[in-house]
Amino acid sequence: MRGPAVAIGLPFLLFCGLIAAGFLMPGWLRFITLIALAKGLVVLSLMLLMRAGLVSFGQGLYYGLGAYAAGLGVNLLKVTEALALLALGVAVAGAVAWVLGFLLTRYREIFFAMLSLAFSMILYGLLVKSSALGSTDGFNLPTPTFLGFAFAGTAARHALFVLTASVAFAAALLLHRYLGSTRGYLGEAIRENEIRVEYLGASVRGALHVKYVLSAALAGAGGALTAVATGHIDPDLAYWTTSGEFVFVAILSGTGSVAAPFLGSFVFEMIRTYAFAYSPNTWQMVVGATMLLVIIFMPGGLWSLFRRRPRLVTRS
Amino acid sequence: MSTPILETRNLDKAFGAVIAAAAVNVRVEAQEIVGVIGANGAGKTTFVNMVTGYLTPDAGTILYRGRDITALPPREITRLGICRSFQIPQLFPGLTVLDNVLVALGIASSRRLGFWRALRSPARIESAERLLADYGLSEFRDRMITVLPQGVRKLLDIAMTTVGRPAIVLLDEPTSGISVEEKFPIMTTILDALRATEATIMFIEHDMEIVERHAARVVAFYDGRVIADGPTREVLTNADVRQYVIGAELHRRR
Repeated sequence: MRGPAVAIGLPFLLFCGLIAAGFLMPGWLRFITLIALAKGLVVLSLMLLMRAGLVSFGQGLYYGLGAYAAGLGVNLLKVTEALALLALGVAVAGAVAWVLGFLLTRYREIFFAMLSLAFSMILYGLLVKSSALGSTDGFNLPTPTFLGFAFAGTAARHALFVLTASVAFAAALLLHRYLGSTRGYLGEAIRENEIRVEYLGASVRGALHVKYVLSAALAGAGGALTAVATGHIDPDLAYWTTSGEFVFVAILSGTGSVAAPFLGSFVFEMIRTYAFAYSPNTWQMVVGATMLLVIIFMPGGLWSLFRRRPRLVTRS
Repeated sequence: MSTPILETRNLDKAFGAVIAAAAVNVRVEAQEIVGVIGANGAGKTTFVNMVTGYLTPDAGTILYRGRDITALPPREITRLGICRSFQIPQLFPGLTVLDNVLVALGIASSRRLGFWRALRSPARIESAERLLADYGLSEFRDRMITVLPQGVRKLLDIAMTTVGRPAIVLLDEPTSGISVEEKFPIMTTILDALRATEATIMFIEHDMEIVERHAARVVAFYDGRVIADGPTREVLTNADVRQYVIGAELHRRR
């Protein structure tokens, strides 16, 4: 059994190492890592639902909402602070999920997946038709301030990296704690047997509703950070292929740990970047082949590489 | 006359043309041990399903300590103190035996489920291990449900039912699917553990020897109706019960 010092110290060391690496790595790699961390939050949100047996094919809804909330926060409300934009993205995504959750938590399996997809496509349709929001072109965002400091150029990119890594680290830690609590672990129990959960005295729909809102808030955070990082927003953020990509990365990652989505997201971004660089017309084939190999050889996702294997028992 | 812990008044339930319950009136006093008997399709499980909120009766009232609980969902009935086990054990197959009990304890320990309090706290693990010991399940602690024999699953299902120290426990065929050799010791283990909690017990059972040995009172169902209700010996020798429930031929052989 790991001691508490290792359990707390190791993630913190990794986080410090990541922050330090952010200052040392080349700009292109820092950007890819930043995007991987932001999208990793969305994959983390999917992991939360998948542990409860729900697969959402519409997480682009909250990714897009988080991004647009941050973008409109800058352009309409004149909010310039990055943390405030992040909070806005989280709040809008969470609020919409709270409303939709009353309907969606009634459904399971393919019905939940398709209904979540339908809602994301409604948002996509609205955004595409809305000329005030830039229609299919979207709109740009200026660089925000960080805790009141206005950075520019490389300093701004470093500040954004530190912010994104900190949010990802905090979200992973909080979610880890939550998943180990009674309410958090209820997801596994619901996935296994809803009837038993109700007959133990817990509300299945209530528990799923909480998870759905938390999941949306995480995806909204990912969207807001992506918007701030790229400085541009367009309806593709809510398109079904974006949602599909998150599911793809969630399967690639595995659901064994809160660190898995970030690892999977980084691996995916690297594969895509190199595949696109070396084979611009067939990069999807490389990504697809990778997925095939992972499913065949690592059904538990990339995280299964880090799981301790049971020791072989030898007979004396 | 004191308020019974559980009372059903004129419960009716039909599934299309099939009448599963017709004017079912049952009154149970606190700490009674009541056997529920009847042939397949007689309405025993329908009765348990209605009392525990799985089914809503078409007509009639269910009272718990005088309070109407007829329209309440299962989780609220459980929270009030009426718990049940299932004919087919309802467990979390992908989890270990210990985790099954920990989830049950975690839910039972507080009305508002904790966001932060660890499910696997040392105190809770100790409680879970104590419960497993009470039901003779300690050796299965770290096994997955999928590899457990039926008798162990039944015991675990009942153990999980009792974690919240319910006032009433309804056991739906606790010994079905268990070998003849295991039936009696398992029933003894279950009832010993439940008696220690001072719970009122109702159990559905087809084995009359078990009923005779453990029930102080018996309610006999036939065709959705209660055809006899009273002290065990009296009900088991009742002519209607012998004809419609136990079977005259079988009874003669005994």
